[in-house]
Amino acid sequence: MDSSRSRTYTEAHELLTKAVTKSAAPLLELLCPAGSMPALKAAIHEGADAVYVGINNDTNARHFAGLNFTPEQLKDAVQFTHQAKRKLHVAINTFAHPGQLIRWQRTIDIAVAAGADVLILADIALLEYTQNRYPDTEVHLSVQASATNLAALEFYQQFGIRRAVLPRVLTLQQVRALARQTTLELEVFAFGSLCIMAEGRCYLSSYLTGESPNTAGACSPAAFVRWQEQAGQLESRLNNVLIDRFNVDETAGYPTLCKGRFDVDSERYHVLEEPTSLNTLELLPLLHREGIASLKIEGRQRSPAYVRALTKVWRAAIDNVKAAPDKFQTQESWQAVLTGLSEGSQTTLGAYHRHWK
Amino acid sequence: MVACFDQTMVPKVSVGPILYYWPKLQLEQFYQQIADSSATVVYLGETVCSKRREFSFADYLRTAQMLQEAGKQVVLSGLTLLESQADLRALQQLTTQGQFMVEANDLGTAHYLSSQQLPFVGGAALSLYNEQSVLKLWQLGMRRWVVPVELSRDWLQTLLSQPALDSIRQQLEIEVFAYGHLPLAWSGRCFTARSENRHKDDCQLCCIKYPTGRLSTSQEGQPLFVLNGIQTQSGAKYNLQNDLHSMQGLVNYVRLSPDPDEFMAKLSQFSHGVASPLRANEVNGYWHRLAGFNQHGPSIE
Repeated sequence: MDSSRSRTYTEAHELLTKAVTKSAAPLLELLCPAGSMPALKAAIHEGADAVYVGINNDTNARHFAGLNFTPEQLKDAVQFTHQAKRKLHVAINTFAHPGQLIRWQRTIDIAVAAGADVLILADIALLEYTQNRYPDTEVHLSVQASATNLAALEFYQQFGIRRAVLPRVLTLQQVRALARQTTLELEVFAFGSLCIMAEGRCYLSSYLTGESPNTAGACSPAAFVRWQEQAGQLESRLNNVLIDRFNVDETAGYPTLCKGRFDVDSERYHVLEEPTSLNTLELLPLLHREGIASLKIEGRQRSPAYVRALTKVWRAAIDNVKAAPDKFQTQESWQAVLTGLSEGSQTTLGAYHRHWK
Repeated sequence: MVACFDQTMVPKVSVGPILYYWPKLQLEQFYQQIADSSATVVYLGETVCSKRREFSFADYLRTAQMLQEAGKQVVLSGLTLLESQADLRALQQLTTQGQFMVEANDLGTAHYLSSQQLPFVGGAALSLYNEQSVLKLWQLGMRRWVVPVELSRDWLQTLLSQPALDSIRQQLEIEVFAYGHLPLAWSGRCFTARSENRHKDDCQLCCIKYPTGRLSTSQEGQPLFVLNGIQTQSGAKYNLQNDLHSMQGLVNYVRLSPDPDEFMAKLSQFSHGVASPLRANEVNGYWHRLAGFNQHGPSIE
């Protein structure tokens, strides 16, 4: 080993792990999802600081029929958002296919031309393109880039990103450690459907359907879903694979494949995860203390009514914690709304809580 | 690494890192067999869970030395999901050992290696899906690329034929996962511990009881996934034994993922290009641009 190399390396590492102060970073920004103009307006009206959207092609990880914005609608969305003095983030967070980079690049061009405040990117090729072509555009690293540690964050910093969205696999202690060491703004998922795998590195969906979030912008795509009644039970299938069976008294959830009931030896249970939603309401004081820049609400595929109800609760809760962080208490009425809007009417702290693991 | 590429070449065999948790004695016996095998490359290291320590770092280095002396090209594989400070300290140890090439299974690892101008192997869990991102990693030192498991031959062929890669195509080696249960996902949660009703913090390293992981089937008995700690694998074995001809001029190495069953026999078959109808629990869908769990071509059952 060349000693000069290893010295440079050690110095770099020390620099990396040194605690840093962030300047002018937002604190607990409320970032809400919108799959349509009505959802975007609902989020803005109820007090979202920023809204994130996708363009209606396979360049984003919620590529669902009838969802997302045309280039024209995107301009309207920017105008509406800016009039309300809020920010619009555009997710272009799938991975470009070989020989088709131009499609993803044009989508970036459209978002920038429309006046989007932030691009949410995962693909190294697109990070590089944006850095070269639009050096002044604010870029956030998508959760799909799967940066779960300081070294990975440092890797992505070469592309001039300002913020990283953390995957939902980290404990609160790990989030805290990152917050104290990185110079980047951090965004965490606060509420919504829970991906239990490190995002951007999960191929379960393509194993069963041929389409994955990375390659097609969708997990367990709707085109492969089939429901059928069988002997008094409702069966949900994905590409003909039985994901679950529900009795009449059970709530039948969407057959996201990691939330099915399967067998291991003679035991039948939710082998990977129950149908449940992430809910971090009670962690707000901690996230506030660690200087988390932004709280992301999942759900671009959800209705405007869903977005409206969630935004209202989170706005109130965030205002509350900012006003008096030490006295923050979650209110029953908030939790009731959130639980009612959750998958299977259940919520979890997910990986933030060690015992979930 | 010798950087040459022969268009008529049949892929050579590489032995992937052992994805399961095996006792030390079993590890030692396995690598003794590998030393005498026809494998060209051997990947060594724990890529799934940092709590698995039957082999210490020193054990891995010792084994790497032994395999190198037996004529194998040895690569040390790093952890895939790096989360804690301790994970990064272990990563620093791995990336500064100065003797063996490293397989980066996280971009954090690639970053540590490129900071030292060290060449590396880019693992299948790095999200590289197009020519430009492959080129960028090449510029950072990636000299061999293990293609993401979900990609097809068509995808790979299209990617490698892009003009952006013209100048590096002859030097960049390509490896394809070709045999074994496919690593499909990594989680903060340990599914083996969960299957025993335990939290990860209290896992008692129970995965050592399952040398091929734990199979999970649908309620209709269809094998879906294999639980391997925080990793979820395909329920069926991936097998590209009959597709070696379609790799000529495209793929330098086929990776075989170790299991305790008939691995040495399979290694020999792959080395000699022996075709064999797929069994009921074997699939090859991804390579043929199908869902991963599909079987393309003739099968036994």
